[in-house]
Amino acid sequence: MGNQILAEAARDAGAKIMFGYPITPSTEILETWAKFCLKDKSLSILQTEDEMAAGFGVIGSCLAGVPAFTATGGPGNILMQDAIVMAEALRVPMVTMIMQRGGMSTSTVIYSQEEVRLTCFGGNSEGFRIIYSTSNLQELYDYTLKAFQMAWKYRWPAFVLADGYQGKMMGEVKIGEKSLKVENVKPILTKGVNFRNCYNLEEEIGEKIINYSDEYQKVRQEIEEYENYQAKDAKIILLAHGIVGAAAKMAVDELRKKGLSVGLFRPITLRPFPTQAAKEIMSKAEKIIVIESAIGQLSELFKAELFGLSNTLIEVNKPALGFTPEEIVKTIQSYG
Amino acid sequence: MDNPRFPNCYKADSKPHKFCPGCGHPIVLKMLGQVIDEMGIADKVVFMVDIGCSLLAWDYFDLPTTQTHHGRTVPTAVGFKMADPGKIVIAYMGDGGAYAIGLQHTLTACLRDNPITTIVVNNTLYGMTGGQLAPTTVDNEITTTTPGGKNEFTTLKGPELLRTIAHKEAYLARGTTDRPLVLKQYLKKALEAQIKNNYAFVEALSFCPTNWKTDAQKTIERIKDLERIFKVGEL
Repeated sequence: MGNQILAEAARDAGAKIMFGYPITPSTEILETWAKFCLKDKSLSILQTEDEMAAGFGVIGSCLAGVPAFTATGGPGNILMQDAIVMAEALRVPMVTMIMQRGGMSTSTVIYSQEEVRLTCFGGNSEGFRIIYSTSNLQELYDYTLKAFQMAWKYRWPAFVLADGYQGKMMGEVKIGEKSLKVENVKPILTKGVNFRNCYNLEEEIGEKIINYSDEYQKVRQEIEEYENYQAKDAKIILLAHGIVGAAAKMAVDELRKKGLSVGLFRPITLRPFPTQAAKEIMSKAEKIIVIESAIGQLSELFKAELFGLSNTLIEVNKPALGFTPEEIVKTIQSYG
Repeated sequence: MDNPRFPNCYKADSKPHKFCPGCGHPIVLKMLGQVIDEMGIADKVVFMVDIGCSLLAWDYFDLPTTQTHHGRTVPTAVGFKMADPGKIVIAYMGDGGAYAIGLQHTLTACLRDNPITTIVVNNTLYGMTGGQLAPTTVDNEITTTTPGGKNEFTTLKGPELLRTIAHKEAYLARGTTDRPLVLKQYLKKALEAQIKNNYAFVEALSFCPTNWKTDAQKTIERIKDLERIFKVGEL
């Protein structure tokens, strides 16, 4: 199951502790980890009293130099923002798996893509985060390893952004082919280190934020990832992420069979957004059609980064529900 | 008479400290510093502070120190200790961080018997933000959010509450900045308890002339009054 794969990936990446609070559709990650801990005494687990304790527990462990992670979704994602924004401020390599569930408050427990804005920008901050939106089981595995790698290398909090469908899907993945155990691991809170996140003067914190922003911009191209599926020279480019991206990819094949010039640009990192690649690939398309299980959350990211493009932008929004490839085919055909 | 010395584990360049004149924090911190020196554990101590007046201690010691978010010092300490059990981790907070916004973390760490040492400096109100109601505000006490005098709810007695859920080997005590050397003994035992892998908690009842709006004499009178409500001793 997807959630089991996530726990395996974290273990293979070199995580030693999972902190977590049960919340559907992420709970199996915590449960799988608990089983790992029975057999492997080098691993630990803490089921905390809430998501804030889970997030700050991860931070504590990372400060001690031990890779740790947590998983949540929905209202848990909201509470987790408390810890995440401190990880942004103190440059702590916190890794979080977000299994998106229904949007708006408690909602449904299984699916939407309505936590994009929250996961990207949910702190009182500029969102210096690394976010991988996965679209299949293999990506759940591969990008969990990558999340640990990139978090400890660049010291921004990193995320695997998935959803309940991916979490509960059953299937096979290739494990352990590449040795991707996390590197650059060492204690952060050591002698001589006195961290604060409270500042007195506007000038002090202003300078710090600008430094962070400059650094984030400087390294972003080393982190950005995307999938270009037949989008080069396509007249119509679909823009979709996560599991909707997987359906859109299948739709592209069908549409091409029907003679339409269609491709898919699938951002894998939502932050940093693969802006340069998107500009190059999408500049000549007539239409860009954004498809998401939300109202404009992916589209907003895109528009913010690519302001000034002259293509026609069409937004296909379906908060709460997923998309089948057939449905996407019909929708794109209707736009000609 | 010897001049009293700075604890060795102090960070000299952060002195004079930034606490208010007459604040209890510097007394607690000096006692803690002396204990760390005397026990010879400076290379093992990790110090974590909350948001509130305790945040001013972020550069107090030449010890690995971090601020956390308000109320989140305890879970950060728990996570650190789980990752590196050889360190002696201290969660240092005020009564707002420990008993209001962070109450469930305070309680749960005790319930789980996490081997960290929690130190709570209790001045019966929220100091840093200007003197609002706290769970430890006493009856009829005037605060900025109870300008007519508090009568909303019972006063929270931290160590007593924790004793009802603590492991029998956990160390719980309440000292006062009015009697620093007694407080010092409790702090020492609280660190020794962690070394023996037990949960430890010390509340330090503290004066706060700035927010109590009391002169020196009235400050001392007030803390002696409070000591009738918040009993000093080990639990």
